[in-house]
Amino acid sequence: MSRRKKDSPACTTVGKAQTSHKLPLLLRLKENIGGIFQRLLCHHGATFGGVVVIIAFLCAIFAPFLSPFDPLEQNLASRLKPLGWTDPDGHLHILGTDQLGRDVLSRIVFGSRVSLIVGTASVLLGGILGLILGLVSGYFGKWIDDLIMRIVDITLSFPFIILALCIIAILGTSLFNLIIVLAITGWVIYARVIRASVLSVKEMDFVQAARAIGASNFKIILRHILPNVVAPFFVISSFQVARMIIIEASLGFLGLGVPPPIPTWGNMLSDGREYLQEAWWIGTFPGIAIVLLVLGINLLGDGLRDAFDPKTYLKE
Amino acid sequence: MKAYLIRRIIHSLFAVFGVLLVVFLLVRLTPGDPALLLLPDLAPPDAVAALRKELGLDRSIFIQFWIFLQHVVRGNLGQSIFFRQNALKLVFQALPTTIFLTFGSFLIALIISIPVGVISATKRYTIYDHLTLVGVLLGQSMPTFWLGIMLILFFAVIWHIFPTSGPGGWKHYVLPCLALSTYMVALVTRLTRSGMLEILNEDYVRTARAKGLSERVVIGRHALLNTMVQIVTVLGLQIGTLLGGAVITEKVFALPGVGTLIIKAIELRDYPVVQASVLVTALLFVLINFLVDILYLYIDPRISYVSPEER
Repeated sequence: MSRRKKDSPACTTVGKAQTSHKLPLLLRLKENIGGIFQRLLCHHGATFGGVVVIIAFLCAIFAPFLSPFDPLEQNLASRLKPLGWTDPDGHLHILGTDQLGRDVLSRIVFGSRVSLIVGTASVLLGGILGLILGLVSGYFGKWIDDLIMRIVDITLSFPFIILALCIIAILGTSLFNLIIVLAITGWVIYARVIRASVLSVKEMDFVQAARAIGASNFKIILRHILPNVVAPFFVISSFQVARMIIIEASLGFLGLGVPPPIPTWGNMLSDGREYLQEAWWIGTFPGIAIVLLVLGINLLGDGLRDAFDPKTYLKE
Repeated sequence: MKAYLIRRIIHSLFAVFGVLLVVFLLVRLTPGDPALLLLPDLAPPDAVAALRKELGLDRSIFIQFWIFLQHVVRGNLGQSIFFRQNALKLVFQALPTTIFLTFGSFLIALIISIPVGVISATKRYTIYDHLTLVGVLLGQSMPTFWLGIMLILFFAVIWHIFPTSGPGGWKHYVLPCLALSTYMVALVTRLTRSGMLEILNEDYVRTARAKGLSERVVIGRHALLNTMVQIVTVLGLQIGTLLGGAVITEKVFALPGVGTLIIKAIELRDYPVVQASVLVTALLFVLINFLVDILYLYIDPRISYVSPEER
């Protein structure tokens, strides 16, 4: 999975160029962004993943131009029509129509919007919350660390989906609430990982030195600690986006996600489950869309992890 | 060891307290009068007043929480608005289905993933290994419920091998368990593979081979046994995830478990049932995590759980 194109000379030299550094990779994050990007390009999986993700974003942004029909337009005369069905006006429905006569392909194209908005927004929100709390918890320690970690424990003592259902029961369903729910349930993983990274970074000489010359806590965290925990942050974020997209779809499937008529992949799958006997295509294609997108993001995440992790590229 | 056990118990009690607090707040944070939320729509005013008094809604939030705890201990989480039954009893009726589903999937994952992972590691870079890796990647990217729908489509609608959905004999549980276990199969296979690859490079494995032990003994006793410690950690954590995944799987296959109950209760705004089912699932989750942690003590003698100061 994580093998690089070995024949390409550029890919082997990228690794070698880095080995000359004695310092941990991320101390030189700025100079290394180019290198990380190059290593990503040399990573088959990550390149594929990146392409999938870019296509998905393009679909979401240009949905009105790309989709052949209005995703909300109902036409009961043309309900449950199979793949490649041409309507009386001569328009082709490549992926058929659903139980209300809406075009499945158009709904999939528009559905990418909700998935990507929810996935990125909830990760952004939860990630920043987790990052701040993890930094505070790891850096200051003592009672604030105890407090934050106990909240993490309690959050983790619920199965994720149950906690999400719990909060939805309070807030009700809407796009905004969904993002909040996923952010509230998702921040803990960041807090834990970031805290652990901070604990190891804060004992390093350069942090002690900064403290010795009288730098403020705020400045130490921002200048010296933060750049060193950025790598795990990005790696978790990429996997979290994939996870959130699946959970968003699951909640949509359970009827507790973004309410209809907004097309989402989860809602479509729920319809598909109901009409499985008569119209298999309604439930099949949105699922394939989810699998592709999640696969792409996971591959990109794998690539990011390998690119950031000095151990991986020094080995070869 | 004793100190660890005590610390772990305190930890779990803390989690239980947190769960109780969240369930308590669930109804209090929902807009509207909790007494009205916990009673049917057209409840007579004197019933509302009686419940308000019973829950202590006219008193401070701390006393309310204390009253709530007393109710929980007595197993009284109120009457279901929709089913007109004791809410906790409803949850306990649904629980066996969920537990059966969870452990069925757990077993499937165990039986499939460890052999596949071991073979994949021992035959690295063969076609078999590549297929495993592709399978792992797909398995980790597939939403459980979509896989469930596809399994129904192929095995029930097209080939008629298994029933489409609903409760019944063991045949009704085959597809749900398969769907639910897939993510875990992928995860554990990957871990077994990478763990084995690492250990097969260790010196003691080379020594074992050098002294002429058969490959079966080397892989089975020396390599796999040491990989198991790592795997068991993840397995334990995953039981909880399965428990959560069961919620969705039950919905796909229309099985009458806790998940189906919870979703129905949220749709109907049947708060006593929501409270009871969240409480029971979360407590079960805490219990499982606790038991798994204790189990490690017996599996890996190297873990002593003694802090450096105590040693």
